[in-house]
Amino acid sequence: MLDGINVALVDWSRAQFALTAMYHWIFVPLTLGLGILVAIMETLYVKTGNPEWKRITRFWMTLFGINFAIGVATGIILEFEFGTNWSNYSWFVGDIFGAPLAIEGILAFFMESTFIAIMFFGWNKVSKSFHLTATWLTAIGANLSALWILVANAWMQKPVGMVFNPDTARMEMTSFWEVLFSPMAVHKFLHTTSSSFVLAAIFVIGISSWYILKGRDIVFARKSIVLGAVFGFIAIIYTIFTGDSSARDVAHYQPMKFAAFEGLYNGSEGAGLVALGLISQNTADPTNENLKDFTVKIEIPNILSYMAFLNWNAFVPGINDLIKGNEKYGVLAAADKIIRGKIAIEKLKAFKEAKKSGQIARADSLKTEIMSPEFQKNYFSYFGYGYIADVNTLIPSVAFAFYSFHIMVVLGMYFIFFFLMALFYTIKGKIHKKKTFLRIAIWTIPLAYLASQAGWVLTEVGRQPWVIQDLMPTMAAVTKISVGAVQVTFWLFAIIFTTLLIAELKIMMRQIKIGPKTEGGAK
Amino acid sequence: MFESLSLISLQQYWWLIVSLLGALFVFLMFVQGGETLFFTIAKTKTEKSLLVNTLGRKWEFTFTTLVTFGGAFFASFPLFYATSFGGAYWVWFAILISFVIQAVSYEFRKKPANFLGAKTFEIFLFINGLLGPVLVGTAVGTFFNGAMFSLDDMKHVTWGTPFRGLEAVLTFHNLALGLAVLFLSRILGLLYFMNSVDSEPIFERSKKHLLYNTVPFLVFFLYFVIALLFKDGFAYRSGTGEIVVESYKYLHNLLVMPINTLMFLAGVVGVLWGIISTLLKGGTKGIWFAGGGTVLTVWALLILAAFNHTSFYPSVFDLQSSLTIENASSSRFTLVSMSYVSLFVPFVLGYIWYAWKSMNNKKISTEELEQEHHVY
Ligand code: HDD
Ligand code: HEM
Ligand code: HEM
Repeated sequence: MLDGINVALVDWSRAQFALTAMYHWIFVPLTLGLGILVAIMETLYVKTGNPEWKRITRFWMTLFGINFAIGVATGIILEFEFGTNWSNYSWFVGDIFGAPLAIEGILAFFMESTFIAIMFFGWNKVSKSFHLTATWLTAIGANLSALWILVANAWMQKPVGMVFNPDTARMEMTSFWEVLFSPMAVHKFLHTTSSSFVLAAIFVIGISSWYILKGRDIVFARKSIVLGAVFGFIAIIYTIFTGDSSARDVAHYQPMKFAAFEGLYNGSEGAGLVALGLISQNTADPTNENLKDFTVKIEIPNILSYMAFLNWNAFVPGINDLIKGNEKYGVLAAADKIIRGKIAIEKLKAFKEAKKSGQIARADSLKTEIMSPEFQKNYFSYFGYGYIADVNTLIPSVAFAFYSFHIMVVLGMYFIFFFLMALFYTIKGKIHKKKTFLRIAIWTIPLAYLASQAGWVLTEVGRQPWVIQDLMPTMAAVTKISVGAVQVTFWLFAIIFTTLLIAELKIMMRQIKIGPKTEGGAK
Repeated sequence: MFESLSLISLQQYWWLIVSLLGALFVFLMFVQGGETLFFTIAKTKTEKSLLVNTLGRKWEFTFTTLVTFGGAFFASFPLFYATSFGGAYWVWFAILISFVIQAVSYEFRKKPANFLGAKTFEIFLFINGLLGPVLVGTAVGTFFNGAMFSLDDMKHVTWGTPFRGLEAVLTFHNLALGLAVLFLSRILGLLYFMNSVDSEPIFERSKKHLLYNTVPFLVFFLYFVIALLFKDGFAYRSGTGEIVVESYKYLHNLLVMPINTLMFLAGVVGVLWGIISTLLKGGTKGIWFAGGGTVLTVWALLILAAFNHTSFYPSVFDLQSSLTIENASSSRFTLVSMSYVSLFVPFVLGYIWYAWKSMNNKKISTEELEQEHHVY
């Protein structure tokens, strides 16, 4: 699987995927959250008949449209990139991974793109209630598309509902429901969508604060802030709960990622959580440059054990335990996993040879053995390890994982206070006097984006070196193509997306300056 | 209910669905065709605005159909997805980039403070309108003429040329299909303008250009079809799956699949009738005949490429690597599960139809644009 693969090729392909995904993710969370917020605003308009709500709806809808267009532009590349840059991956798991992508198109994207036309252009063409339905369906469609893509992503973190078929040398689906309802998928969906609602709420509050600072459109801005703060507060509570469940999933299924984002080198019972820390330049372990010491750290005892396993004294394995093994707690050493992976690979090879040379009985018995639950569990589930030459490559970048996790969590805590303050000041009718808070609100917008991107960096970088946890190393997934070709497309996308982003930001800022319009007139 | 179907029936069912999506996509490329005509058909700013807006309310359908086509192909024939996208790298990225720049263009074109200027976005739309149909048509041509790939025993793709798919334009038969699709999409774009824009001058000019585009369309399309009837095709033996070159393969396919042949002919007649009736009688219904005809024709062509033991993605670089619906499909379980999902397709088409009707029941006009809040 790995012969002739060039490290530079893998790195450039990873860089390209990261670039395009991170650009896409700049726009998607706002679509997910603002879609729902706009639908709520329009519902208030239809319920109360108050034209101010219509004005509010239309203004945020304009910003939604600008953001949506560029979200679509960046999304199409991603879908096809699985084929263009990860073709070996696409063939190996297309049976399972392709299905959610197809369903996303059929069930979600069409809903979104059909009703968005009515939402934008239907104000004078369809009835009020049909229009409102269209707005809700657009928002729901966007969130459904998130569901399916996240099911696909969750499967890469924790493959379920499949079996390896030696005849085709591929993974094949055995249960659609297991793939759809895997806890990883459910938590990922809830955490990602709720975190996107948080981002959209902060966006609405931040921009409204700017109007108040400028002393214009005060009624509009205050109404928007109240709605944003209530919605955001509920969403952040939900985000934290589901983030906690996600962390537990990681502890169970991706212990190496968990140890990395906690900076936990040596496991222990009643492990403490490093609430804040700085990683130094000195390596803690001369054999691996990813293991750096902490310069300073603040640790809260026992929390980590509880977070991971809901037990204050549970054992949490550290990176060293996962590499060297820890017999006392039944942690298999990486070297043993490699041996098991190699056995699985050898068995597969033997099967293929038997089949090729026409030894049907032998091939059949090997196949039965490979497909037995016993073999799948004890050997096949370590298949990918068979391709790992150096155990240290099993450790993802601790610094990336640690910082991205902590940035996300610290900001998450801050957002609770932020929403509460926004709510408190508007209800008290004092918000126009709180200049500092209003300024902070504007600066909170980029922080929301930071938290959201950090979450993905944690998820994806923390999964390395796997593209499919324990089964397929990223190295084995890549399309064989010249490094130069990938470099060209990388730079092409970097230039195109950056140009479009600048255009988008300028247009967005100008629309904000223009502000909500009085109803009735054209632009 | 799908569980009882044989594997080959499921594979055929999925080929029918994927090809139908492809056929709908070609019809919906009236948006692309229209994008190449802004400068030709519109003489004033207001007229241009009418044309841009009428297409701007539809481009998402085309885009989404392309995305769904990709997803459905991935799920049902993953080996094609991996081989063609990973192999013909440059062609696919050229197609995708032309769609990336389209996606922002309608929304951003006339917005204040767009630092690229309206003209740039109109050029983006033109590029999309030109490259999209030509490259898609050329890529589909490789279904009949073959591509330059080989697969190793782990099914990893290697490409035979450094051009990664772009070499397909050098085969004139492929290019002829690409050009036929381009002129067809322009014909459909013109018919759509005539159908949806309330403006006499635009109607008349579109009608004139309809004739100009029909001539090259017929030349390239007829060349493509006639050459197809006489050319060798790529067949596979049942059982062993061995790929062989067979003379007059596509002619044979037409003869053994009469229903498909009828569908093909009905489609061609539909397209021609849509054009001719509009040229002779004026009227605004041409788009429905030509559009419906396009769907039938393309659908039939794609079926021709894959059914009756034909390799739908032949390799002229390494014949035995060629893909067929049998060797490229996903497992039975996935096909069955996805078949249940496909039951939603009529429902989706239903609401699209309903939404389309409620938006298009009145033609777009200058007065409407003046009252509209969201204009492109
Ligand atoms: C506004 C954004 C935001 C905020 C405030 C938080 N998250 Fe988050 N987090 C995300 C946005 C996000 C995300 C972008 O949505 C991710 C990336 C992938 C995913 O499933 O969600 C994510 C992933 C993610 C993961 C990795 C899951 C995996 O690897 O599969 C964990 C463990 C957490 N989060 C935990 C938390 C906790 C305990 C939080 C408590 C405050 C928290 N997150 C706040
Ligand atoms: C939009 C949110 C996402 C962001 C910001 C994101 C970010 C990233 C980053 C930073 C990498 C590079 C990791 C590394 O190589 O060290 C990456 C890799 C990758 N991600 Fe994501 N990702 C996102 C969503 C997804 C989803 C939903 C999927 C699957 C459905 C996915 C599939 C992949 C694949 C296949 C790779 C390449 C292989 C690898 O490096 O592991 N990503 N992504
Ligand atoms: C966390 C991960 C992701 C989420 C939640 C997500 C969600 C969305 C949403 C809501 C849209 C609508 C447009 C917009 O938001 O501006 C969209 C567009 C799109 N996304 Fe993503 N996406 C994610 C990652 C990906 C990945 C990895 C792919 C590749 C398979 C992808 C493919 C697409 C495509 C093709 C579009 C354009 C579709 C259209 O025509 O509407 N997305 N995505």
